[in-house]
Amino acid sequence: MAIWVDENTKVVVQGLTGKEGQFHAARCREYGTKIVAGVTPGKGGQEVDGVPVFDTVEQARKATGCTASLVFVPPLQAADAILEAADAGIELIVCITEGIPAKDEVLVRQALRASRVRLIGPNCPGIISPGKAKLGIMPAHIHREGSIGVVSRSGTLTYEAVDQLTKLGMGQSTCVGIGGDPVPGTSFVDVLAAFQEDPQTEAVVLIGEIGGTAEEEAAEFVSSRFTKPVVAFIAGQTAPPGRRMGHAGAIIAGGKGTAKEKMEALQAAGIHVVPTPAEIGITMAKVLGKA
Amino acid sequence: MKVHEYQAKEILARFGVAVPRGRVAFTPEEARAIAQELGGRVVVKAQVHAGGRGKAGGVKLANSPEEAAQVAAQILGMKLVSVQTGPEGKIVRKVLVEEALPIARELYLGVVLDRSRALPVMMASAFGGMEIEEVAREHPEAILKEHFDPTLGLRPFQARKLGFALGLSGNTFKEFVAFAQALARAYNETDASLAEINPLLVTGDGRVLALDAKMNFDDNALVRHPEIAAMRDLEEEDPFEVEASKYDLNYIKLDGNIGCMVNGAGLAMATMDIIKHYGGSPANFLDVGGGASQERVENAFRILLSDPNVKAVLINIFGGIVRCDRIAAGVVAAARNLEVRLPIVVRLEGTNVEEGRRILAESGLPLHPAGTMAEAAKKVVELAG
Repeated sequence: MAIWVDENTKVVVQGLTGKEGQFHAARCREYGTKIVAGVTPGKGGQEVDGVPVFDTVEQARKATGCTASLVFVPPLQAADAILEAADAGIELIVCITEGIPAKDEVLVRQALRASRVRLIGPNCPGIISPGKAKLGIMPAHIHREGSIGVVSRSGTLTYEAVDQLTKLGMGQSTCVGIGGDPVPGTSFVDVLAAFQEDPQTEAVVLIGEIGGTAEEEAAEFVSSRFTKPVVAFIAGQTAPPGRRMGHAGAIIAGGKGTAKEKMEALQAAGIHVVPTPAEIGITMAKVLGKA
Repeated sequence: MKVHEYQAKEILARFGVAVPRGRVAFTPEEARAIAQELGGRVVVKAQVHAGGRGKAGGVKLANSPEEAAQVAAQILGMKLVSVQTGPEGKIVRKVLVEEALPIARELYLGVVLDRSRALPVMMASAFGGMEIEEVAREHPEAILKEHFDPTLGLRPFQARKLGFALGLSGNTFKEFVAFAQALARAYNETDASLAEINPLLVTGDGRVLALDAKMNFDDNALVRHPEIAAMRDLEEEDPFEVEASKYDLNYIKLDGNIGCMVNGAGLAMATMDIIKHYGGSPANFLDVGGGASQERVENAFRILLSDPNVKAVLINIFGGIVRCDRIAAGVVAAARNLEVRLPIVVRLEGTNVEEGRRILAESGLPLHPAGTMAEAAKKVVELAG
């Protein structure tokens, strides 16, 4: 099972002819992901590592039947790329691009509100269902197929958690990076709802950080509608208020969005909250009776 | 990015937001001339990137051009210490000289992004002059909210709802409706992350004006607004952070003694957290980011080491978009160029990790390898003393 992506997912890469797009598309293909097309306006007819490039997503979809898109388009053009993919009938859009203006993200969210399109990111590492498919920039070799679902606002911190799980013999069903921006396309709650329905997923690791209320919303969802064990870590316990900690969304504004508030909300929902990232793996092992 | 009050008012005025007449002055003489122009009775306001200026003695009334010059002389050059500046305070380098207006009522009006609704929201309250966070705590029912779609803007009916709820009427009501719509337009069209009028002034003769104004802008969108980007005041920022921003690095100075270089904001925060957990104190937040070139890493290293408080360094890299060999090459080149003698704990993992570790091992630098984050944190806390 796993969620949202598997060995049958056909993927178009928007921005395939760029340096990062080409590099990471090749890594995704090596992993077994069906990268069937690329799109770069004006470069239709070319090939990148044997993958045909089209001028528009619509052409790519008609020619290849792709249903998912992986976006590496630069920040000021990224919103347009997402809207183009949605317009062409792509069902899952994974946007890696960092630095998209918040207003563009708001416009995209409004435009997609009435549609069934799922947008993951922006400013995220992507999504991987180990052993099946990878749509993103995460290092593949740290993952193993298994039963732990992982959802996170961070990139590298997710790799840290996954690495611990794998080394302790706990593989993953699907790992979703929802991204560090203030207006993500997919929320913790969206991912948790999918994990709840996924028979392969037995337990979930949730990695949050300061800023916003996404963790509090996740806590509410878990206490009322989620039945699988959850281990959580919140980054930024030592972050100063009022300062943006790298991610556009990681800021304690007006005294709200602190790690402490989030950890308390998660604990109150029966989630196992760990004080340091080093304890994520071992805590999950204990929760599942494997340590 | 933050701007000064006088800059925020300049921007707002372009969108038709009513602001008092006034101009910025850098000397008492200029303050006198502006006061003369405005008819004598003025308010002189310190321009620093921090709130709480009034209580800190940075806002003063002057009844004549001479008095304006005297008051400006007192404020210019003063070290303004407010609740928002921290104990170190901020040196005042310019003042805004504005016409003094008769105050009938003080309201609050602000626009921010409501992240949970993914829409901008205009907030209004009758508690002008009070911090909105404080109002939210003490009188949550007193905050009126209107969310709006940026493509539609704040609709007239929404502005009317706020105006009626604030108990406005007559000409004041009409001016308020126009004011609120202009403020929403300014927020929208400048890619602002905050546009706050506190207090919003209602004069005795029924006019509505921005007595104070604060605007922050989305850093990701500044490239679309070169005229706003040009308003950045480097003197208001930490010099280490200014240097870091030249290289597009996310660096935030903290007061500890363990320098941190990490890739990824989440992992960088988590690295600070685990250092604290093991009894140490981080000197900075530093995310070398995705696609870090050797030059960028070298610059990151240089900035980190130029902080005299740093006694040991922790490099924590989990490669994804950044490849470990690239990071390693940058670290080695920078450490060589800077003749680093401080102990450096290095924890590398991820894409091309073997090559990265080899480069570090063959470098001949004072490196302490660590396999896990916990091990790395314990080691660096020990080495920092």
